[in-house]
Amino acid sequence: MTWKQVFTSSVGKKLVMGFTGIFLILFLVIHAGLNACIWANDGGKMFNSGAHFMGANVVPRILEIGLFAGLLLHIIQGIMLEVSNRSKRGVAYAKDFGNQGSKWYSRSMGILGILILLFLILHMTDFWFPNRSHQGFLLGEEIDLYAKMKETFATLWVVIVYVLGCLSLGYHLAHGFQSAFKTMGVHNKKYNQLLTSLGYCFSIVITLAFVMMPLSFYLGWLN
Amino acid sequence: MEHYNMNLTVKVWRQKNSKDKGGFVSYPVKDISSEMSFLEMIDVLNEQLIVDGAEPIAFDHDCREGICGQCSLYINGKPHGPWMANTTCQLHMRAFKDGDTIVVEPWRAGAFPVIKDLMVDRSAFDRIIQAGGYISVNTGNAVDGNSLPINKDHADASFAAAMCIGCGACVAACKNSSAMLFLSAKVAHLALLPQGEPERKSRVLNMVAQMDKEGFGACTNTGACEATCPKEISISNIARLNKEYIFSSLTAEK
Amino acid sequence: MLDAKIPAGSLDDKWTDYKGHCKLVNPANKRKLEVIVVGTGLAGASAAASLGELGYKVKAFCYQDSPRRAHSIAAQGGINAAKNYQNDGDSVFRLFYDTIKGGDYRAREANVHRLAEVSGNIIDQCVAQGVPFAREYGGLLSNRSFGGTQVQRTFYAAGQTGQQLLIGAYQALERQVALGNVKMYARHEMLEVVKIDDKARGIIARNLVSGELEKHFGHAVLLCTGGYGNVFYLSTNAMGCNVTAAWKAHKDGAAFANPCFTQIHPTCIPVSGDHQSKLTLMSESLRNDGRIWVPKKKADERKAIDIPEEERDYYLERRYPAFGNLVPRDVASRAAKERCDEGYGVGTSKQAVYLDFADAIVRYGKIEAGKEGNDHMSMEDIIVLGKEVVKEKYGNLFDMYEKITGENPYEFPMRIYPAVHYTMGGLWVDYELQTTVKGLYCLGEANFSDHGANRLGASALMQGLADGYFVVPYTLGNNLADDIYSKAIETSHPAFAAAEKVAADRIQKLMGIKGKQSVESFHKRLGKIIWDKCGMARNEKGLKEAIAEVQALKKEFWSDVRIPGEINEMNPELDKANRVADFIELGELMCIDALNRNESCGGHFREEYQTEEGEALRDDENYMYVAAWEYKAEHEWTLHKEPLVYDVVKPSQRSYK
Ligand SMILES: Cc1cc2nc3c(=O)[nH]c(=O)nc-3n(C[C@H](O)[C@H](O)[C@H](O)COP(=O)(O)OP(=O)(O)OC[C@H]3O[C@@H](n4cnc5c(N)ncnc54)[C@H](O)[C@@H]3O)c2cc1C
Ligand code: HEM
Ligand code: SF4
Ligand code: FES
Repeated sequence: MTWKQVFTSSVGKKLVMGFTGIFLILFLVIHAGLNACIWANDGGKMFNSGAHFMGANVVPRILEIGLFAGLLLHIIQGIMLEVSNRSKRGVAYAKDFGNQGSKWYSRSMGILGILILLFLILHMTDFWFPNRSHQGFLLGEEIDLYAKMKETFATLWVVIVYVLGCLSLGYHLAHGFQSAFKTMGVHNKKYNQLLTSLGYCFSIVITLAFVMMPLSFYLGWLN
Repeated sequence: MEHYNMNLTVKVWRQKNSKDKGGFVSYPVKDISSEMSFLEMIDVLNEQLIVDGAEPIAFDHDCREGICGQCSLYINGKPHGPWMANTTCQLHMRAFKDGDTIVVEPWRAGAFPVIKDLMVDRSAFDRIIQAGGYISVNTGNAVDGNSLPINKDHADASFAAAMCIGCGACVAACKNSSAMLFLSAKVAHLALLPQGEPERKSRVLNMVAQMDKEGFGACTNTGACEATCPKEISISNIARLNKEYIFSSLTAEK
Repeated sequence: MLDAKIPAGSLDDKWTDYKGHCKLVNPANKRKLEVIVVGTGLAGASAAASLGELGYKVKAFCYQDSPRRAHSIAAQGGINAAKNYQNDGDSVFRLFYDTIKGGDYRAREANVHRLAEVSGNIIDQCVAQGVPFAREYGGLLSNRSFGGTQVQRTFYAAGQTGQQLLIGAYQALERQVALGNVKMYARHEMLEVVKIDDKARGIIARNLVSGELEKHFGHAVLLCTGGYGNVFYLSTNAMGCNVTAAWKAHKDGAAFANPCFTQIHPTCIPVSGDHQSKLTLMSESLRNDGRIWVPKKKADERKAIDIPEEERDYYLERRYPAFGNLVPRDVASRAAKERCDEGYGVGTSKQAVYLDFADAIVRYGKIEAGKEGNDHMSMEDIIVLGKEVVKEKYGNLFDMYEKITGENPYEFPMRIYPAVHYTMGGLWVDYELQTTVKGLYCLGEANFSDHGANRLGASALMQGLADGYFVVPYTLGNNLADDIYSKAIETSHPAFAAAEKVAADRIQKLMGIKGKQSVESFHKRLGKIIWDKCGMARNEKGLKEAIAEVQALKKEFWSDVRIPGEINEMNPELDKANRVADFIELGELMCIDALNRNESCGGHFREEYQTEEGEALRDDENYMYVAAWEYKAEHEWTLHKEPLVYDVVKPSQRSYK
């Protein structure tokens, strides 16, 4: 069994999805944690210093490369998997099995993923690009991200797109979280139940946290 | 149980052979008793077709008691029809009511090409078993049956997985046309027994490779397979297969 | 004509001596010998796998889409073996004795003893293959009891024993396919035997997908094609079960033995209407815990639960106190028929009796309550606990019953009635399982060998696997050892073309009739004749009528059957027509055989021959023989008798009282 055989098998491909997925979840935790600093209600001081650390320190910047690699792998593998899986049916059914046996979002991971991707592109053009280009992509001074958020989230459609993007992410995770553990081989029913519940909680908390950010700015909950 | 009669419209996929394009044809059927099985209803329809000089509908079936796994109809959007934990042949007409239209399709999957009408070719499953779904023990090699005590929980779990009838409903239900539930049932059946230990690694690796070669999709844990499986094979077997696969691919020397 | 080739020596030593002295084929020669195995049930799959392992070049055939679906898969209850794991006095001799007695002294001693001898090896082999038999908490194998015996020797895997055993054999077979030793031909139906110089040297098979006829050579041909219960139309057999392979062999010279010995199983779900296409068995294991009864009052219209205890007639317990509900099948079936014929039947059709679990539920509930140390539990709670236990034991059977009838058997007693289930008769074989045609062997239910006039529960699986795993690998070698110089014969040999022509002409003829009636309708009519007149009870007058009716039916079939579709395509109606045509001919022979046997024994009950209490009355003086019929011409057979010699067991009237 060469590595190539392992990672090109259907189970191997799924493993890649699972591992990168979990990795992205870890990133989300940090990302959400840091962003939550906006609610310190100190005019963005705490948030900006955190962002400064992430942007100007070499360790997170190296991790960032890993993050991108992971994300890219996840996206490319995800799209390839989705395309390949869709090609396996041949002739479509006249009547669909529908929701009788599975949740709609578990069957829509590809679509949800694309939505997330589109959202990510917007999101990165809003924040990451301006910031990094301001830094000259090195460890230079970054812009006042708090102010940037305030400015961005003053427009209604942007807020709506962000909310939708986060909802897609939420549903993606509602299936993805527990699925990743099954992919990695957790078969004990007791743990599976636990992980499923945990997954739902996590998806809800993460979605709410991210949704609240643009809303907080837009609705002026922050001063 | 109250019995009643009903008139129905049955919309069936007709396809002359594997090369034909095929399409739906609707047939009215009258005076169907609620006590009939679904296949007996098709029998009645076929009798009518034969008498009318038409060709009867070809479909797979044999034991008609839910164990051989040969029957395979996709009825109103669900493999084996509306009842849970049930095969097509065990479905009875009391599941329907007068005036219903019933849509009947073959299993749909690239790896299960249609042979005729509602019959598909499931020989891919046999080839998956050939890839390692067995214990290599020649006749006459065995030790006394009781020389090998087996933990009852493991024996029971192994049996629960071994109940798979190889019908392919899991593939038919899965949006990815994945055969993982079928595959995992066999892997779990043998991995849970001490007899399965010697070939544990090669078995799962080879069987997965064969499944991929046959053109089934990759599992994304949606759970549709478990919901439609007539033998209620648990999806946790798939996670077990994943574990076996990871462990085996990491530790296999080749 | 009939030489059973039973080895000399004492019964205990025959098989050991045979194995010690039979001729062997060396591995290099095995590679040159080709063997055709028709059928992949327990007998065929185990034979094909074992022969493949030995190194023979095997070709295996089945009509289903996969060898795993052979009818053996449907066996529910279990498989016997003389392991004596329960320390309750079992032994090879006792299993041998029970089987001979259960068969009402119409089976061959030597064969049955061999079967009992290898029974233990079967369990070992299956365990090694990973068959998940039921186990006790200590991890050791569990046993249950079955009809006609007083020991617990039945191994089981819930209600799916046949499935698990077949999957074991199927996996062994697929392993040989993967290794290239066996070539598998699924969706193929054998239509002719090819004989060259009076030896079976191949078959003609129809590829059911393309409709083409194929020629296949083999140094030997093994028929493992199962029983012919579907001659009755309604039976517990799978829809495709047929006699075609055996019948073609018969018409080519293989004697057919005891065709009238058919088994009617006492516990099946009753017929619900004309639409019925098959019947479903409720495993015999249910009689371990279920009590069979009818109301004491005729045509009692009350619901079962409204009939008080003292107004119920537990007729098996009444008539057979020693064995009670666990009497052999033929006895139980006849008793049910007797009650229903007398007007005590229940349900809308009045052709049913109750199988009641209420007592068992309470009994198990109390045991559970006792385990919990609770002596004051309410009856409701006890019943809840008891239902759990019953569910664990028989859950899948109860579910099946509910799916079919729509009634919940945990609340109401099941309604059951006897149905055709197994055929003891079959191709005549000698000790080596070779038919009267050299090179043609017959294994499993398709042969006649081990069950006499009645088969005990859980012994068909045992016989199928014994034949395939442990008998034929030796006996085939003994005969093929002389064949090592015979080169494989090209299928261009004229004998193949001739046999192919026979099959092709027949198909052509069938398709050319273009009549008005469907195959199914003929099959139903045949079934009704045989069931009414050659079923659970037979008499001279009825049998004579039946013979005439079957002959007339045959005429009508060959002039008015309608088969749609074409020859060179997948055509299930044509497949059915081929089978029904053979069933009709077999039906005639069954009646002839039943008419010939002026006695009652086992499943063959001639109304003229019964004791005062209505038990079967054997005539050992005149009928202690195997009736082997040789085909001569249409409607014409010659009877050959193989006398049965009992050296060890002394035949007596079977008593289960
Ligand atoms: C419902 C039910 C429950 C039973 N329960 C028990 C039980 O608990 N214990 C027990 O001991 N016995 C039981 N029996 C009996 C037992 O299952 C059978 O006797 C036994 O399995 C027969 O095995 P076999 O290998 O001889 O034939 P089968 O399993 O019938 O196999 C026949 C094979 O031959 C093939 N075949 C047939 N005709 C052709 C043809 N013309 N061309 C090509 N291939 C052909 C078929 O494809 C199939 O592969 C039960 C039977 C039934 C019906
Ligand atoms: C931060 C963003 C994301 C996170 C946290 C995330 C997380 C996950 C997780 C945990 C899984 C489950 C893996 C498994 O079942 O083994 C998964 C699967 C998947 N993801 Fe993502 N993902 C993200 C973004 C994306 C994007 C942008 C795409 C773009 C196409 C995508 C497409 C997929 C697909 C196709 C699957 C596989 C389908 C499945 O397993 O059901 N994901 N993701
Ligand atoms: S896992 Fe279930 S659905 Fe899939 S083949 Fe086995 S029995 Fe059929
Ligand atoms: S016909 Fe055998 S499972 Fe349905």
